[in-house]
Amino acid sequence: MILSQQKPLEEIVRSLEGEKNIFILGCGGCAESSGTGGKPQVLEMKGGMEKVGKKVTGYSVVDFLCQKALVQSRLRGKAKEVKEADSLLVMTCGVGVQAVAAVSDKITHPACNTIPLGGMRGEWKGSERCKECGDCVLDLTGGICPLTACSKYLLNGACGGTTKEGKCEVDQEMECGWRLIYERLEKLGQLEKLRQIYEPKDHSKMMPPKGLRLTERWALEQGK
Amino acid sequence: MGLQESLASGKFVVTSEIGPPKGTNIKEMLHDAELLRGRVDGINVTDLQSSVMRLGSLAVCHLLKEKGLEPIFQVTCRDRNRLALQADLLSASVLGIKNVLALTGDYASLGDHPQAKPVFDLDSVSLIGVIKKLEAGTDMVGNALSGAPKFFVGAVVNPGGNPVEAQIIKMEKKLRAGATFFQTQAIYDIGAFEKFMNRVAPFKVPVLAGIILLKSAGMARFMNKNVAGVSVPEPLIQKMAKAEDRVKTSIEIAADLIKELKGLCQGVHIMPIGWESKVPAVLEAAKL
Repeated sequence: MILSQQKPLEEIVRSLEGEKNIFILGCGGCAESSGTGGKPQVLEMKGGMEKVGKKVTGYSVVDFLCQKALVQSRLRGKAKEVKEADSLLVMTCGVGVQAVAAVSDKITHPACNTIPLGGMRGEWKGSERCKECGDCVLDLTGGICPLTACSKYLLNGACGGTTKEGKCEVDQEMECGWRLIYERLEKLGQLEKLRQIYEPKDHSKMMPPKGLRLTERWALEQGK
Repeated sequence: MGLQESLASGKFVVTSEIGPPKGTNIKEMLHDAELLRGRVDGINVTDLQSSVMRLGSLAVCHLLKEKGLEPIFQVTCRDRNRLALQADLLSASVLGIKNVLALTGDYASLGDHPQAKPVFDLDSVSLIGVIKKLEAGTDMVGNALSGAPKFFVGAVVNPGGNPVEAQIIKMEKKLRAGATFFQTQAIYDIGAFEKFMNRVAPFKVPVLAGIILLKSAGMARFMNKNVAGVSVPEPLIQKMAKAEDRVKTSIEIAADLIKELKGLCQGVHIMPIGWESKVPAVLEAAKL
């Protein structure tokens, strides 16, 4: 179970600057339980987008957005609407956003912040992909999380430790996360995003809101 | 003349470094520092270099300052969170330490305490921003300071980074955050470095090219394999392999590199890594 909270709408709109046509993805898993990415929220987002002058080319709620194969087949089924879109707005946790980015060449925007509860890491096995930092930055990093993809969880670009093979000097089996981010942004024509200076993380956001720390099952209870 | 004045004067600047010992015996380290007196414009004091626990950079900078030398306080983000980093910067200021080199730092698992919790609460770019805020009279969240420090802030760049374009973008971020000089990873390939300098010329910021003294052909091969962004060309490796007197050849190679670098950048930063006593000979051979 992963918990998410929707980002403020104005932050989402800002991230979509220059993009007119949007395809929205919701998640029928944890995000639905969190009340952030189920069908009602997707429809509400669609309305919100249209209100600010965006065209929603289509939307889809996938059972588990962290299941890459599932996401891929769903996007294929909606190929026409997806193709028409300038970008994808993904209403789920950081794992789901990265799963979408991993199977699509479209710009991928997170609509949610992921907040911590611990627990499983979605359906995408292999390694930790979301730190549940409470302040999702995937919008600026091409849909690849620097907090989990970089050994030093750096926010402002690669350190000097990328090997000739593009691996991390800390662990030569591991890809340099910032190299992956660089290549992804280059492919998307968004290298200018690397120029933004990130402020240090607000670590207090990595704690769940006080009132929600009472029980691990709060989200399920919220869902009633 | 301080480092800032040396750089402003337009002369070809030389910095070197000393590594604090593991323990409290500082005699040899201070002897090494004395060898640099009058020969260099600044002495970097490394901050637990290679993530190995040892005597701290701040205390050693203070000792150098007391002796009338010009220390450059290396500060990494590996071991201290934002509270401790700000406190150490204020401490450095009251001890009269002016030059600060802001780095991210090596990862903890590469050193002798791989069990340590790596901090990286800030990174090199945000650390520079924090230094500028302290100078403007507040802590990083905006609370007023009673008395603000004043620093001369430097940063590092790896011209052999992969991809180099990402390193240049990050260098420009450091510049925007407030860095006013740069030291680089070790340079051996002059042609590649010249290309890099052409790319960063618009930044108009002094760059001190890194020089690591080659101790043997084996060391050169080791660096090529294991040190990111360092690439020693094969002819230099062969030269070391065939050398009758390795020290002499190493000094010649370093001096030749420095002579070639003179036309390309604003100075050099010599990292002797154990061969501190050879630095004066390198400078003599390079006619500096």
